[in-house]
Amino acid sequence: MIEQMLAFFNSNYHLITIVILSIFLGIEVISRVPAVLHTPLMSGANAIHGVVIIGAIIVMGEAHEGDILSLVLGFLAVVLGTLNVVGGFVVTDRMLEMFGKKKKK
Amino acid sequence: MEQFQELLSTNPFLLLSYLIGSITFIMGLKMLSHPETARKGNMIAAVGMTLSIFTTIFLYKNHNGEGLHNYVWIFAALVIGTVVGTMAAKKVQMTSMPEMVSLFNGMGGACAMLISLIEYNSDLQPAAGKLIIIVLGMIIGTVSFAGSMVAWGKLNGRIKDRTIPGGQVINFAIFGAVIFLSAMVVGGYTGNHAVFYAILGFAALYGILFVMPIGGADMPVVISLLNSFTGVAAAFGGFLYNNPVMLTGGILVGSAGTILTILMCKAMNRSLMNVLIGSFGAKPGAAGPGGNKEQGNAKEISLNDTAVLMAYAQKVMIIPGYGLAVAQAQHTCHELEKVLTERGVEVSYGIHPVAGRMPGHMNVLLAEADVPYEKLLEMEDANDQMGGVNVVMILGANDVVNPAAKDDPSSPIYGMPILEVEKADHVIVNKRSMKPGYAGIENELFFRPKTSMLFGDAKKVLQDLVSELKNV
Repeated sequence: MIEQMLAFFNSNYHLITIVILSIFLGIEVISRVPAVLHTPLMSGANAIHGVVIIGAIIVMGEAHEGDILSLVLGFLAVVLGTLNVVGGFVVTDRMLEMFGKKKKK
Repeated sequence: MEQFQELLSTNPFLLLSYLIGSITFIMGLKMLSHPETARKGNMIAAVGMTLSIFTTIFLYKNHNGEGLHNYVWIFAALVIGTVVGTMAAKKVQMTSMPEMVSLFNGMGGACAMLISLIEYNSDLQPAAGKLIIIVLGMIIGTVSFAGSMVAWGKLNGRIKDRTIPGGQVINFAIFGAVIFLSAMVVGGYTGNHAVFYAILGFAALYGILFVMPIGGADMPVVISLLNSFTGVAAAFGGFLYNNPVMLTGGILVGSAGTILTILMCKAMNRSLMNVLIGSFGAKPGAAGPGGNKEQGNAKEISLNDTAVLMAYAQKVMIIPGYGLAVAQAQHTCHELEKVLTERGVEVSYGIHPVAGRMPGHMNVLLAEADVPYEKLLEMEDANDQMGGVNVVMILGANDVVNPAAKDDPSSPIYGMPILEVEKADHVIVNKRSMKPGYAGIENELFFRPKTSMLFGDAKKVLQDLVSELKNV
């Protein structure tokens, strides 16, 4: 078990580095946000994790023609992922539009 | 290092697009945290996302050098998702924004769950490392999906707050079962698919029970937390496919989301633990130290008297809260403001930063109803001007005006800055009932001599008030 984990660490070293750095970056980037923007920021972050759709596209694109279960589940995954991405960005934009309107007056 | 080699052998344009995608996510989040750049930041992240999606479709090759197929399916799914997502996001009322975010978050979680499900079914002999990733991605995705759906249901009123006796113990047991079964699968002690599905079932149950007892007003915090969960689930997908953009996007949201959750709690002067297990405090009998104090009777005021009081006032301040959002009364509220202004009354709004328990909620809501920006006073300004105000109208706000936050060191909200409405001449409180606010604390303000209660749904009351005012 431990050997396997070490092997995993070895072969994924660069990915693990990205993870650690991204954690710090995420904290740093957000730490000074005013309270008014909490909700739009949450919504924007929500859209960004829709990046999971790329995994869904890969799964879908690699499914074999005859593998109905994978095709159906993959199709569903892409639909849901798209909903997350598109819906997320559009909702965030609508929220921020209100702020813009408010500013101009 | 072999996977690193594999990454290098993929199309350089694909990798470049992933790099650009990651950079746009970082810039997007950064810009989203400043008011002037927020909208642009959202756009930039959206462009990076679109780029990453299309380069994946056309340039991705697996380790055998084969590209993707099933293009018809992929594009059909993309079109359906785009059309439905855009329509849902455009149509949603400003008041129900948080539940929409929760719904989209749940979709992302379900997407991660399905990916793991397919990968588990299609790879019969996965390596232990890959299996861990599949199982963890599935668990987190499922918890996020189930939890978000409950949060969505609670926000739109379909699901009521419910506390199961011993809920924490049951949750803990389910969590234990998930860990135990996962260890069995990953450790190779069982290859039985039924065990995998049992993990899925338990994870879903955990997600449901985890969100169920949390009060409706605390939902934004929970959604923010589940949001970061989905980010982590997406990052597991990044590990699964050696995909750097999924990894950076997911982890960024995971860590930024966690910090944001903590910041949200701080703005309410509470800890995350308090929000998550706070449901104990909200139960009757444990209504906080103020609860067992002998309270006088609250004084009621009629609509007619309210209308007269407001019509002959010089300055009126409106203090909106969650109740206004629930009743969708922002437009009617603006109407009241116009009627009063026509009569020469000076009207302003006192906005507490966490009014509505969703930071910035009231600003968005009132901006939607075309309330002029300069009428919205931030808390400090509102408190400075409070002394000259004749009538304060509190619409569905409770804890943000609770004097216990200043006077009562034993109160759970002690130390939270509040709107000091008692500096005004009259305080009129519109509430649906005498039920305490989200924190389950009695509000002594309602029993103070200056305070009068005007019971009823905010929208109905405001409509009646507007027509009364026209007759005064």
